Amino acid sequence: MLIQQLINGLTLGSSYAVIALGLTLVFGVLNIINMAHGGIFMIGAFIGLLLVTEFHVNIFIAILGAMVGGAILGYALEVCALRPLRRKQVSHLAPLISTIGVSIFLESVALLIWGPQTRSFPTEFTGSVIDFQLFKISTVQIISLGTAILLMVALHIWLKRTKIGKAIRATSLSTETASLLGVNTNFIISLTVMVASALGAAAGVLVGLTFDAIEPMMGVVIGFKGLAVLILGGLGNIPGAMAGGFILGLAEVLTVAYGDSSYRDAVAFGLIIILLFWRPQGLFGSKDKGGRP
Amino acid sequence: MKMMGMKQMGHMSKRMMRNMIGLSLVTALAIGVAGCGSSNGGSANSDEAKVALLTVTSGGAAAYGESVKNGAELAVEEINKEANSIKIKLQVEDTKGDKNEAINAMNKVIHKDNVVAVVGPMLSGDMFAAGPIANKNKTVVFTTTSTAEGITEIGDYAFRNAVPESIAVAEAIKQAHEKLGFKTAAIMYSNNNDQMVSVNKTAESTLQSLGVQIVDSETFADKDTDFSAQLTKIQRANPDIVIVASLYQEGILIVKKMREMGMTQKVIGSNGFNTPVFIKGAGAAADGAIVGTPWFPNKDDQKVRDFRAAYKAKYGTEPDQFAAQAYDGMYMVEKALKDSGSTTDREKFRNALANLKDFIGVTGKFVFDEKRNPKMDVQVLEVVNGQYDALKGK
Repeated sequence: MLIQQLINGLTLGSSYAVIALGLTLVFGVLNIINMAHGGIFMIGAFIGLLLVTEFHVNIFIAILGAMVGGAILGYALEVCALRPLRRKQVSHLAPLISTIGVSIFLESVALLIWGPQTRSFPTEFTGSVIDFQLFKISTVQIISLGTAILLMVALHIWLKRTKIGKAIRATSLSTETASLLGVNTNFIISLTVMVASALGAAAGVLVGLTFDAIEPMMGVVIGFKGLAVLILGGLGNIPGAMAGGFILGLAEVLTVAYGDSSYRDAVAFGLIIILLFWRPQGLFGSKDKGGRP
Repeated sequence: MKMMGMKQMGHMSKRMMRNMIGLSLVTALAIGVAGCGSSNGGSANSDEAKVALLTVTSGGAAAYGESVKNGAELAVEEINKEANSIKIKLQVEDTKGDKNEAINAMNKVIHKDNVVAVVGPMLSGDMFAAGPIANKNKTVVFTTTSTAEGITEIGDYAFRNAVPESIAVAEAIKQAHEKLGFKTAAIMYSNNNDQMVSVNKTAESTLQSLGVQIVDSETFADKDTDFSAQLTKIQRANPDIVIVASLYQEGILIVKKMREMGMTQKVIGSNGFNTPVFIKGAGAAADGAIVGTPWFPNKDDQKVRDFRAAYKAKYGTEPDQFAAQAYDGMYMVEKALKDSGSTTDREKFRNALANLKDFIGVTGKFVFDEKRNPKMDVQVLEVVNGQYDALKGK
C-alpha cells in the first residue's frame, strides 16, 4: 500500500508544484503574489476541455493550446492589471488587490459561459490502468506526472542556460540595474507573466485530467495550496516550488494513509508551519536574496 | 481638576447622545418594519395565494435547485389551469446556497412580500439558518428537500416532505443487507457538510444494529477532487460494501475512481446519488450504486407517468427526486390552502397543512407525523445499465 500511496502523493504533489511554479516565477521577478493565477489555471482547464471535446485534438495539443490561451491571458493581465500600477509606483498591496479582481472576473465569466456544473474529460482520455503488482498507475497519472516534470526541467534550463533566462534573473535582482544595462525590462516582465500563466493553464489541464472535475471555482482551493507551496519552497525559488509541491502532496496523502483523513489539511499545513519555524525563508530560500532565483 | 471633570462630562454626554440617537433610529426602523408586517399581513381574503419558493439557482447546488424550481413551477401551472383550484402566485428567490442570502430572502418574503407560506429553503444548512425566522413570525416553512436530522425541531411551523436521510439511508442499508448479505462495510463521508455528518451517524448505528463490521471510515471535504488516498486505504481493507455520503459531484468522482482502481463493491449512496445527473456524470461507473428514495420513476402508476410526460414536455429532461418532491409539495400547499379556507391566514394554513389527509402524490401516499416529518414508504433502487431499478437480490 505504501508504494501506491506514494504514487498518489506524487501525482497530487506534481499538480501543486506546477501551480506553484507560475506563482513563484511572477513573485521572483515582480515581487508580487499573483492571485489571478488560480483563475488562469481554471480557464486553461476549460480551454483544454473545449479543444478535446469540440475539436477532437490529441491531449498534448490540448495542453499546448491551453498554454497559448494562458499566455494571452497573462499578457492581458500584465497590461491591464499590473503595468498601470507599476508605472505609478504604488505599494505592493495594490497589485495583490488588482489580481484578486482579475480572478473574480475570470470566475464570473466562466460561470456565465459554462455554468456551475462540474465537467470532466471524455472517458477515452481518462485512460486505462496499468497494474504493476506492487502498485497501479493510470496512463493519465503517467501523462500528468511526466508533463509536470518535463515543464519544471524545461523552465529550469530556460532560466539558467539561455540569454533571456539571464535577463529574467537580472530583472528579478534589480529592475533598475537591468534596465541600465540594456535589458528591456517591460518586455521581460510581460514575458515572465505570460510564461507563468501558460504554466498555470497547463496545470489546469493536467489537474482536470487527473481529478476529472472542471468547474469555475476549481482554481480557488488549489490556488491557496499553491501559495502554501510557494512559501514552503522559498518565495521566488523554482526548485523550492517543485520540492514544496511534492512535499505537500505526499504529506496530505500519507496523513490519510497512516492517520485520519479528517486531519489531512491540518497535518499538511501544520507541517508547513513547523518547517517555517525552522527555516522562515522557506526550504530553498536564502536569507540575503530574499529567496529569489 | 474641576475643569477637566466638566470636559469629561461634556464628552460623555455627547457620546451618550449619539448612542441614544442611533438607538432610537434603530428602534424606529424596527417598529416601521414590524408595523408593515402586521398591517398588510391580515389584509382581506383575495382569491390568489402568494407563496414563496426559496431555492438555489446559482452556485454549486444549482443543479438540484433548478429541479426544485421546475417541479414547483410545473405544479403551479397545472393548479392554476384547473377550474376549482386555489390560484397560487409563486415567488422564486435564490439563496445561492449561502446562509446569509437565505436569511435575507426569508425576511424579504415574510415582511415585505407577505406570503402566506414559504416552500424551501432547499439546503439543510439554509433551512437551519433561515427556518427559525419563519417560525418566529408564525409562518409555515415547508422544505421539500432538506433531509438532515432535526429540521422540524426548528419549531411548530417547520414542515418537510423530504424523507429524512436517517430513514432513507437506514432503509437502503437494511434492504441491501437483507438482499446482498454483506458482513463488512466501509464508510466515506464529507465532514464539512452538516447533512453528510448526520448520514454517517445514521449509517454507523444502522450497520451496528445489523451486526455489520465497519472496517474503515474515511472523510473528505465538499469540493475535494482527489480521493485516491482514502480509496486506496478502503481498497486494502476490502469491505463487502462501501457507503458514501456526499453531494453528487463528489459522488461521481468517488465511484469513477473506485471503478478505475478496480474496486467492484456496490456503493450505498446518500440523497445525492439519486439524480439522473449522477448517472450521466459517472457513466458506466454508476452501475451498482444503491440509494433509498420515495421517488421511483419507473413505478407502475398513472400519476407518475403523467408527471414524467408533462415534465419532459416542458423542460426536455427527466424529472429527478427533487423535482418530484417539489411538485408534490406545491400540491400539498394547494390542498392545505383549500382546507384552510383562506389565502392569507398563516395560522389557519399551518393547521390545515399539519392535518393534511388522504394526499396521494407522485411520491406515493403521504401524511405528516406528529413531528411534521413525512410518513411514507421508502423504495430502494439500484443503478443497472445506467437506469434506476428496484433493488434485487444477488
